[in-house]
Amino acid sequence: MSTRGGVTLRYGALVVMAVTVLLPFVGIVLAALHSPGAQISGLSIPDQWSWQNFALAWERGNFTNLMRSSVLIAFCVVPLAVVLAVLAAFGLTVLKVWGNRTLSAGFVLGLTLPVELVVVALYFNLREVGLTNSYIGIILAEAALFMPFGVYWMQTHFSSVPDELVEAARIDGARDLVVLLRVLLPISWPAITTLSVLYFMWSWNQFLLVLVMMQDPDRRTAPSGLGLFVGQYSTDIPLLAAASLIVIAPIVIVYLTFQRSFVNGISQGAIKG
Amino acid sequence: MAPDMAAPVSPRRAAPARGGDGIAAGRAARPPGGRRRARGWLYVLPALAVYLGFAIWPALNTLRLSFLTWDGILPPSWAGLENYVKIFQDQALYEAVLHSLVLIVFFSLIPVAAGLLMTGLLLGKVRRGMTFFRVVFFLPQVLPLVAVGITWRWLYSEDGVVNQLLGLAGLGSFTRAWLGDYHLALIALGLIGTWTMSGLCMMLFLAGAQKIDPSLYEAASLEGAGSYRQFRHVTLPGVRKEITIAGVITTIAALASFDLVFVTTNGGPAGQTNVPALLVYRLAFNEGDIGGASALAVLLTVIVVAIVSTIRYVTRDKS
Repeated sequence: MSTRGGVTLRYGALVVMAVTVLLPFVGIVLAALHSPGAQISGLSIPDQWSWQNFALAWERGNFTNLMRSSVLIAFCVVPLAVVLAVLAAFGLTVLKVWGNRTLSAGFVLGLTLPVELVVVALYFNLREVGLTNSYIGIILAEAALFMPFGVYWMQTHFSSVPDELVEAARIDGARDLVVLLRVLLPISWPAITTLSVLYFMWSWNQFLLVLVMMQDPDRRTAPSGLGLFVGQYSTDIPLLAAASLIVIAPIVIVYLTFQRSFVNGISQGAIKG
Repeated sequence: MAPDMAAPVSPRRAAPARGGDGIAAGRAARPPGGRRRARGWLYVLPALAVYLGFAIWPALNTLRLSFLTWDGILPPSWAGLENYVKIFQDQALYEAVLHSLVLIVFFSLIPVAAGLLMTGLLLGKVRRGMTFFRVVFFLPQVLPLVAVGITWRWLYSEDGVVNQLLGLAGLGSFTRAWLGDYHLALIALGLIGTWTMSGLCMMLFLAGAQKIDPSLYEAASLEGAGSYRQFRHVTLPGVRKEITIAGVITTIAALASFDLVFVTTNGGPAGQTNVPALLVYRLAFNEGDIGGASALAVLLTVIVVAIVSTIRYVTRDKS
């Protein structure tokens, strides 16, 4: 086939796939703009654009509380998990503490553990110490679940740093913490940013853990609140569509803003695995 | 595990008696010395404590609970392997396991193929719009699955978009409430997984393809290889490692899927889309069968580890 024909064909196929990916979004946005309670059949332009579904969904779904919980949990989990992962990777890869290979393998093992294995006993363990129905329990549990990837990711990054850089600082008499803060951190921001963005996404989207650990409906996160909202308003499509868009919006904004970090995280993080 | 444990011990012991330095340096091939390596533990400890306390300890406890009969309130009693035997005797339970294996086709195999197709189409000749397509294809992967599920529930409904498009294509006789169809609900559910996972596979493959030496393409081009043969003989071998990773990640997602099923079908119709994760949740938190739920969670983990190991073994680097 001729080159030009080939290129046209490529673009044709790509556009078809892009439409397949985007069509559900178009559908749900159009659905959200119909008047509340309307019966919608397929993709259809509403007779009149109605924005009130968003306000209605926000109020009925109690999204002020849900969003506050989501933000609170994510803003605690991300710094906590990132700092712990950076420190641990520094100890394992740069300081090479005794047992570092066994420990690294132990963290990597966690990458294949399904949440389901952890969540059953975790609920009963935390119930004993009064940490169910509490933000602290969820924050620590999420940090623990995300730890294997974070430690692995920062280890991969630190092992790509030339040894000479660390050794030079050591000869100048720098202590461990100074090496980390003055030498390694300044060149690690891209890796840390990527990790933070991925952690934010995982924390925001976490569903099963929150569903199990948090019974108080006022303190659930946006996705878990949405999961129960469906049960209550299963036939009101415009309202459900608006509620879904409310939950989707923050993560889409973060994605489009940090698009590069997402790409780097997904692609480089997995290379050595 | 044993050799790893043995090696680091000797430099640590050698440190206080300075005379041992020669051995320590020879063993560790690094000068830091024992005190530093011991002090380094302070850096690892916080992460390790959180990981052990909130992931490994509960995981081991779930294993313990799987050998007990417990309703979550009264004192538990020893059950031995009874909970495991029940999984194979109870049709709903073992069918759920089978369903999750079917989902691998839609969450893993088809997305890997679709990802390869996207990669092939995006490599080389496409200059304009590359970023746009990449951003769009990856988008479903970042969304909360609950919202994805709600969206598709409506798309699949009786007067949803899927049926509308079938009608437009003159296939009106095939329309139905897809997620309520006894035979097709699982496939319909699986295709939602295909929609979310394909972009992830593409992103991994593109990253792998960027590391391929451009001179390989030039050489192939000089030998008269067209786009397809270049893809087949240069790109495909170059991203083999990424195919393994994509296979592993998507397989875990398929076997452990919960969010999507919970909001779309909740296991129905008539248990046709039950998956292990859903039953673990139901048994533990609705029906008070903690032992059964734990046994199913353990079995699920065993299956995940077995399949992931198989994928790694089959696609390992033979050279």
